[in-house]
Amino acid sequence: MIDKFREDVLSVVDAVPSGASIAVGGFGSSGRPDALLDALCELDKRDLHVIVNNVGHDFTGVGRLLHEGRLRRVTASFPILQEFYDEYFAGRVELELIPQGTLAERLRAGGAGIPAFFTPSGAGTMLSDGSFTLRYAPDGGVAEHVPAKETRLINGREHVLEEGIVADFGFVKAHKGDRKGNLRFRLSARNFNPMAGMSGRTTFAEVEHLVEADELHPDDVHLPGVFVDDVVLSTGKAPAIDDPAAAPTRKAS
Amino acid sequence: MTGTIPAPAPVVGRTREGIAQRLAEDLQDGYVVNLGVGIPLLVPRFLPADKEVVLHAENGVLGIGAEAAPGQEDPDLTDAGKQPITLISGAAITDSALSFAIIRGGHLDCTILGALQVSASGDLANWYVPGKNPAVGGAMDLVAGTPQVWVAMEHVDRTGRPKIVPECTMPLTGKGVVTRVYTDLAVFHVVDGALRLVECAPGVTPEDVRANTTAPYTEHLAG
Repeated sequence: MIDKFREDVLSVVDAVPSGASIAVGGFGSSGRPDALLDALCELDKRDLHVIVNNVGHDFTGVGRLLHEGRLRRVTASFPILQEFYDEYFAGRVELELIPQGTLAERLRAGGAGIPAFFTPSGAGTMLSDGSFTLRYAPDGGVAEHVPAKETRLINGREHVLEEGIVADFGFVKAHKGDRKGNLRFRLSARNFNPMAGMSGRTTFAEVEHLVEADELHPDDVHLPGVFVDDVVLSTGKAPAIDDPAAAPTRKAS
Repeated sequence: MTGTIPAPAPVVGRTREGIAQRLAEDLQDGYVVNLGVGIPLLVPRFLPADKEVVLHAENGVLGIGAEAAPGQEDPDLTDAGKQPITLISGAAITDSALSFAIIRGGHLDCTILGALQVSASGDLANWYVPGKNPAVGGAMDLVAGTPQVWVAMEHVDRTGRPKIVPECTMPLTGKGVVTRVYTDLAVFHVVDGALRLVECAPGVTPEDVRANTTAPYTEHLAG
């Protein structure tokens, strides 16, 4: 009998080795799987490649991983945390910056068996032409660029070849989930979570409410349990609304 | 004894609210619109009551309503700026991939964005000032997929330098994507890859616009 629910989040997340890539759901703190991310810190995992839309506004969630020096690379569209940029310009963390729609589609494609696709987003910009800095040298020079992406004229318009992302792990937060791993999200907390769950070779879901079999109507399942390996309970209070006024000030670097 | 020539007084045109109000007049009934940050976020307060304009947020909200009242905020319901919102009747929620299918697939009517620079051929630069913190969000998808890209911005930057320029010197968001520009001084349309001045703000002359614009353009002023 399939029962994917696990009481102990630490024993689940301990399957993640240092050095792993992890696709993480959430948009800001909305729908962000903090119980799973905190477990990475408790278990002292390091050298991680996190694929996520935002690093965050503070030192919670992915921001905590950054603050504790656990990140090797971030693939994101809107990192925004000042300490992240400080680490990036110092050459201590890599940044692969990509358009937000490209990020969503790369995660979806990776989980859908599509190795690459052409998109008009980013054509003719430094996010596709090989001039964006992936990693700075400690002296402030450029150590490595994000490689130029292949382009093709389709219907007379330039498009960029973007690769699907298959992450070692997917971290997802859902409003409700059952023991088969079927998930239902709530309002705009859905965001990147279905795609992060699809992208992971192994996917963990933290749920606010564990529900009994058949409580989720098949029509109401947003991400089927076939994409989910383990289900744990989300801990702590609901995340606070991000407050830009309380965020670290953006400054020139 | 030679006196110094006094610097010309800065031209005073529309306020930031005035730019938003002028742009809102041009939104048509039934439009589905995505708003960027800055002046574009002022547009909803100037929508006429006789027009229904549906607002989209890139994090997957189609049908943004009013800002959530204090004490009524729901952490599961925010806009692209991560601020608490409400929904209108008839709203829909999607995941991020479907949200960008709406954007990239050309299903919005219009996106309203701020800008660092707009070029003579409608190139847009609005995501990165070299040397500062890079972040792109959905801007490149919005300009790639939306039929009408309207820029709402101050005509010159804080140091008085023109932002409507022959070629963008800032990194591009997209090439030849801008269709209209609304500033404190003027309204431009981009037609066949070239800028047209179609309107000066009240109290602003075509000479004032010329003096604050380095891009070439043609004048198509009514009356």
